[in-house]
Formats: sequence, C-alpha cells, structure tokens
Amino acid sequence: MATTTQQVAGVRAKEFQRPSRSLWKDAWYTFTRDRLAMFGLFILVFLVLAVIIGPYLYTGEQLIDFTRALEGPSPQHLMGTDDLGRDLLGRVLNGGRISIAVGLTAVFIAVTLGTTVGSLAGYFGKLDNPMMRITDMFLSLPVLPLLLVLVYLFRETLKGIFGPELGIFLMIVFVIGILNWMPVARLVRAQFLSLKQKEFVEAARCVGASDGRIIFRHILPNTLSPVLVAATIGVGGAILTESTLSFLGLGFPPDVPTWGRLLFDAGNFIDIAPHWVIFPGVCIFIIVLSINFVGDGLRDALDPRRKI
Amino acid sequence: MGRYIARRLLIAVPTLIAISFVMYAILALAPIDPLSQFGADPRIPPEAREQIRHALGLDEPWPIRYVKWIQGMATGNFGYSFMSHSPVIELLLQRLPNTLAVVGVAYIVGFIIALPIGVFSAVKRNSVLDHIFSTGAYIGFSVPTFFTGLVLIIIFSVKLHWLPFVYDSNLKVNDFGTLVQQLRQSIMPIAVLGLFEAAVLTRYIRAEMLEHLPLDYVRTARAKGLLERFVVVRHVLRNSLIPVVTIIALGVPTIFGGAIVTEQVFHVPGIGELLVRSIFQGDTPVVTAVLMIFAVLVVAFNLLADVLYAALDPRIRYS
Repeated sequence: MATTTQQVAGVRAKEFQRPSRSLWKDAWYTFTRDRLAMFGLFILVFLVLAVIIGPYLYTGEQLIDFTRALEGPSPQHLMGTDDLGRDLLGRVLNGGRISIAVGLTAVFIAVTLGTTVGSLAGYFGKLDNPMMRITDMFLSLPVLPLLLVLVYLFRETLKGIFGPELGIFLMIVFVIGILNWMPVARLVRAQFLSLKQKEFVEAARCVGASDGRIIFRHILPNTLSPVLVAATIGVGGAILTESTLSFLGLGFPPDVPTWGRLLFDAGNFIDIAPHWVIFPGVCIFIIVLSINFVGDGLRDALDPRRKI
Repeated sequence: MGRYIARRLLIAVPTLIAISFVMYAILALAPIDPLSQFGADPRIPPEAREQIRHALGLDEPWPIRYVKWIQGMATGNFGYSFMSHSPVIELLLQRLPNTLAVVGVAYIVGFIIALPIGVFSAVKRNSVLDHIFSTGAYIGFSVPTFFTGLVLIIIFSVKLHWLPFVYDSNLKVNDFGTLVQQLRQSIMPIAVLGLFEAAVLTRYIRAEMLEHLPLDYVRTARAKGLLERFVVVRHVLRNSLIPVVTIIALGVPTIFGGAIVTEQVFHVPGIGELLVRSIFQGDTPVVTAVLMIFAVLVVAFNLLADVLYAALDPRIRYS
C-alpha cells in the first residue's frame, strides 16, 4: 500500500517535471510511433525530392531516336525507352512534377472553397440551410463523367488563353477542386456548429470580438486537424483523378508526360513494351499508397480520443 | 416510415431537376458550341445549315431548349445521336446491359470476398493475417483501376495467353462454347472492379465490426454462454452490416464511374465507353443523356441508402 502511494507520488513528480508539450509535438510523437505512417512519409519525401531534384541531375536521352525505340530496362535506360526512343526515367521524373503539382493545387482549391462554405454555413445560421442544399446538390453530381465533359468543353478556350501546358493545368486543377470541396465543407460546418456553442467562443464574444475575429482566431484553428487529414488523403485522390483523365485522353497533351498520360501512350504498345506501362503505373500506385498511409497516421495522431 | 420515404422522394425530385439544369447550362454556355458538330458537313451551304438548325429549334435560347429537352426526357424521348442518327435511347439500351452485368457481378464478387475477410480481420485483430489483409486492402484501393487492368492484360493475355485481349461485343451466347468465351472475356473487367470494391468494403466491414465488438450487448451474449461464432455472426455482424449497406448503396455511382475506366481498358461496349466516345465525337445529345443517367443513378442510390438505413436501424427517427 505504502509503496503504491510512493510510486504514484513518484509518477506525479515526474509528470510535473515533464516539459509541456503542444498538440503538434504530441501528434508528431504519436505519428513517429506509427510504423506504416513513417514508412509512407519516408517514401513520399523520397518521391517528392526525386521529382524536384531528379530532372536537374538526370534527364536521360530525350532526343527522338527510332533505333532505340521500345527498349526494355538496361543500364543506360533504367526504365527503358518509349516508342520514339526517349528515356523513360527522365520522362517519369518530369511527369511526376506535374502529377504532384496537380494533386497539391487541386486540393488547395478544394480546401479553400470547402472551408469558406463550411465556416459560413456553420457560423451564420441564416446561411446554413441554403449553403448545405448547394453542397448536397454538388454531392449528387456524377463526378467522373462531369469531369470528362468539362475538360472536353473548356480545353480549347483555356489553351488559347494560357498556352497548352498552363491552360490544361489550370483547367484540370480547377475542375478537380470545384468537384471535391464538399466533404471539407461538411467537416468544417460540423466543427463550427459544435465549437460556436463552446465557452471560449462565448468569452471571446463577451470581450467584444468581432465575427471575423471569432471565426479566424478562435474557431478556424480548432478545425485544422480534421481538415489536414482530409486534405492529405485528398491529394492522393486528386493525383488519381488527374491520371484517370490523362489516361482517358482528356488530360494533358502528349508532350507533357504526366504519369497518367504515359500510361495512355503506353496502352497501344502493351504487348511489346510492358515496361512502359509498369513504371509510371507503379509510381502512381506508390505515391497514392504512401499518401494514404501518412493520412491515416495523421488521423490517429491528431485524434485526441485515440490516446490513452 | 411511409411518410419518411415520401419526404425523401420529394427532396430527390427537385435535386434531380437542379442537377439536370446545371448540366444542361454547362453544356449550353460552354465556350465551344456543343452543337457545332451538327451538320458540320462542308457540302451543306451555310443557309441550309441555318434552316436545319431553325427547323430543329437549335437557334432558340437555351432555357427554352432545356424545358423542351426535359419534357422529352420525361416521356422517354432522349433525342437523336448526331453521329449514328439513331435515337439515343436505342444506343443506351444497347449499352446498358453490358455495363450493368459487369458492374453488378463485380459488386457481388467484391462483397463475397470482403465479408469473410473483414469479419476475420476484426475478430482476430492485430494477428499476422489481419495485418496482411489490411495491407492488401490498402494496396487494393490505392492502385488505379486502369493500371490493374493493364497489368492483368500483360500477365494473362500477353504473357500467359490465357484470356482474350479485348472484349468481343459481337459474341452471341447460344451454346456452351460461346458461354465459355463470354465468361473468359468477362473475367478481367469483373476482376478489376471486384477487387477494388472488395478492398473498399473490407475496410468498412472491419471498422464497423471493431466498433461493435466491445459493446455491452456482445458481452451479454457471451455471458449467456452463446457460442463465439453465433455471437459474431448473429449479433455483431448483423448490426455492423447496417452502415455497410448504406456504404454499398452510396458506392454504386462510384463503381459506375470506375466502369468508365475499365470499359475503356478492355473495350467493353458499355455506357462508359459510349460516353468517352461521344465526348470525342462531339455527340452532344448522347453525352447529355449519359450524364443524366449517371445523375439519376447517384440520386436514386442516395435515396435507397437513406431508406435502407432507416428501415434497418430502428433507432433512426423519421424526421
């Protein structure tokens, strides 16, 4: 009995000595304990660094040379060559930049839009019903078919205004963003509805804080962690969507080798050059998988209920 | 219950009308004229073309065209294809059975695979097999379906020569031989969609089971001396499947979207393939009709999910 009391006292003393930890430090600690999440993070950082730095260090032979067309992997061409004899690794590295950039930008748009709608609907009771009706309607849209049609309809115009590469990039990013903000909006709205009843918001209002200040300084920071998780997983989804569009021939033009576009081009040579399919496909798969691992790890790390 | 369903129906109809309006407006206001392909033949003089357009009402403002179009849709008149000049409804009815067969079988296969694996993973949580299955499920829904499709073609058609490359749409099943042929060409499209669906459902079933396993009623069932398999199957599984049914209903439109991709990979003549082809040909009446079918699917299955959930879970209040 006496020992247990002493032990408890000892533990207490230790607890008092422990330096204070912030939410983020705490989350990082939990995150580093999650082996799958750390593995995903490692692969993700490696891939991102590879596509950022890689094209400077390694370009491969990008000149058209039919004598080297459709070669399998070899020491000169680690991933083989395409039908025009261009080095595939160089193209994969270049294309990865665009695939990842599309994923990040599209999610940025979706999160910004979703957070705006969600906070307005959650904070201002009058806006709640109409805005949620719109959200529900967007949720009922057939996303992939509509994406295809939108890309087809607006491709030429945007190409004319911004040039072929930037035009298509902007269009794909916006279209994916506009059709994917709804889950974030619902999430943020739910958080706002519960948080605006809390005492600390009441307190802020009592000292005369304006609506804007309450939204931005007091409530929004508290909705950050679920939004972060949704955004992480959303990046994977956006990369998948872009590659699906490119694969169906409604994405980037042939000279922009995103991973989906490479697969689309490879489709006709599948019997003689399977390496052309395998490498870009594996890249898409690995990046989406590692993003999902990281997202799940974040969810566990940021959810206070899961901690003991 | 009846009133609840009626209310959901009353919400679904305006939603559908709003969606159709938005989609029609997008097509009508797009910078390139969706009707430019119509009568694009250079041999037709411009005046004659204008006359045709006028006769067909194509020069009317788009809100009026929308009203006419939706009136036609309501009576089953979907218009005529610009390319094949046959009624759109005929094209759809030709294609729809192929898509429904592939998607339907894939969904059933997916569920049959996912159910035992999900239950096992939850009951034997953190066992070696659970880790293997969970990782497998992760991999399953991170692989893009077009990549799985291409890899299956490389393995089974190119390397092993076991299965045919592309789907032969002219195949008529009339004897045993053609039945085998039909099965052989359907295996890969169904496998691609089925495995993806299995991966998604496994995770949901496992998560739902894990949520229910530590509850009081499970302990009560065990305390009564029930066999563990009865506890798992009759008590935990039955309750866990309620949300899963909703997930299945809500996932139907997604898998139809996935069918667009698989149909493209294997050249299955379904409505997804029809959509992509019509988009490239600028065949607006077909595109609008297929979009509308997808929209109806989404709204109908959302409705079904709501109704099923309310019917299966007595705790849901019908308000």
